[in-house]
Amino acid sequence: MNEPGSPAAIGERSPMDLRPTQTMATPNANGDDKAPKRIALRVDHISAWYGNKLAVSDITLDVDAHSVTALIGPSGCGKSTLLRCMNRMHEVTPRGRVEGKVILEGEDIYGAGTDPTRVRQRIGMVFQKPNPFPTMSIEENVAAGLRFMSITSKSEIADRVENSLKAAALWDEVKNDLKKPGIALSGGQQQRLCIARAIAVEPEVVLMDEPCSALDPLATLKVEDLMRTLAVKYTIVIVTHNMQQAARVSDRTAFMLAGEGGFGQLIEYRPTDEIFTNPSDKRTEDYITGRFG
Amino acid sequence: MPREAYHRDLTALHDRTLALARRARRAVDESVHALRAVDVDWSRRIDHDDIEINNERLAIEERCIALIAAQQPVAVDLRRLASTLFITGEIERIADHAVGIARINLMMATEPPPRPLSYIPSMADRALAMFDDAIKAFDEDDDTLARHVCQSDDDLDRLQDRVYADVIEAMRADANVVERNTYLLWAAHNLERIGDRCTNIGERVVYTVTGEMTDTKPSTF
Repeated sequence: MNEPGSPAAIGERSPMDLRPTQTMATPNANGDDKAPKRIALRVDHISAWYGNKLAVSDITLDVDAHSVTALIGPSGCGKSTLLRCMNRMHEVTPRGRVEGKVILEGEDIYGAGTDPTRVRQRIGMVFQKPNPFPTMSIEENVAAGLRFMSITSKSEIADRVENSLKAAALWDEVKNDLKKPGIALSGGQQQRLCIARAIAVEPEVVLMDEPCSALDPLATLKVEDLMRTLAVKYTIVIVTHNMQQAARVSDRTAFMLAGEGGFGQLIEYRPTDEIFTNPSDKRTEDYITGRFG
Repeated sequence: MPREAYHRDLTALHDRTLALARRARRAVDESVHALRAVDVDWSRRIDHDDIEINNERLAIEERCIALIAAQQPVAVDLRRLASTLFITGEIERIADHAVGIARINLMMATEPPPRPLSYIPSMADRALAMFDDAIKAFDEDDDTLARHVCQSDDDLDRLQDRVYADVIEAMRADANVVERNTYLLWAAHNLERIGDRCTNIGERVVYTVTGEMTDTKPSTF
């Protein structure tokens, strides 16, 4: 029998899988999930440092497959750092260091011999500011990641570009301008282009770090709508400063807070409707109602 | 950054709801006193002034909706605003029951004194005590007191049963007092409904404080 939490035990949620930790009550431990859901990603006792400075401490949480999970909390609580630990982006930060496991479909992405590039293909990321490659056309931007997958067939590339742009709800707006530069698009379109680029390599998980913070309200609503659509096929984790956005788009919400030690901890992780109507921790309540932060 | 202006708005709305409750309480208290005193002018004033309570209820509702739209409240603030929307409706309906009693006094005006009221004054005392406790629980976020309000409604129901028994006995004894005693049943019914509405307020206070949405007194029929 596998040890609870060991890579081989991941995949189906069972009582054995769920270990309460100091900073998290797991979904079933709360009794708030009626049907067991498949876990796409398990963050398992993750701590992260910038040099000697501890940024996030001992965080454990399960991300349900085909759902949107939101990370919220005040600036400096470590939510973006945690997100970047989920696809080994933190380690490319100068003096960035990670301890713990992140288990994707049974495999620890920090395991020995794991290829970080392959990890980032399976767990894609969309950043705060739209960042299309400035010298590339719309089409080339979407296809940029495919070359790392050794996809060279022109027809397959064209199919993937079209399907990704359709999935990112951008196809109808750009289908006649595929050769135009990606940076010629509006901010909202550029962000959807980046989402198309992220999903062109068919990841299992898409991480989004404040993907709407540079967008106007209409573009924001389009991207939010897109997140819900994408969650049918992908698992999405989003960091957002906009609590209403977390309330609108996510299924589960994790609230993080930096304590006296200055490092981020997970305070509460529950279904989003419960977090925003009846949070169980007073610190969550005080933050989301604007009584501090 | 703390949202001080928003929280001041929430406090102002809370105070306004308390003021509405005080007006409704006074209307109930005075309606029963007018009934006892056979003072039809007093009852007419209660009936006339009810429009102000109705308007204030609508104004509070509008303010709640504006705050929800503009501030997008969550957690306890959302529960409080949702409850305030409901509670102001219940307070306004309690004032309507005062009007109901005032109109009974107007209808009974042709009846010569003395006017035996059975347990109506006791019911009024009990209903007002429940209302006081319900509003105190609302003001102080006291879910224990709110649950007590819900439980104490049974006392009011028992008093109504005694009024009913008295009235039936009086009707059997003297056919000439059937109309008057039918009015008394209506007055008792209005007071009993005040108890029900206080129970509803108590349930919403429990929800505000705990997030628990319950029917503390489900129908036994």
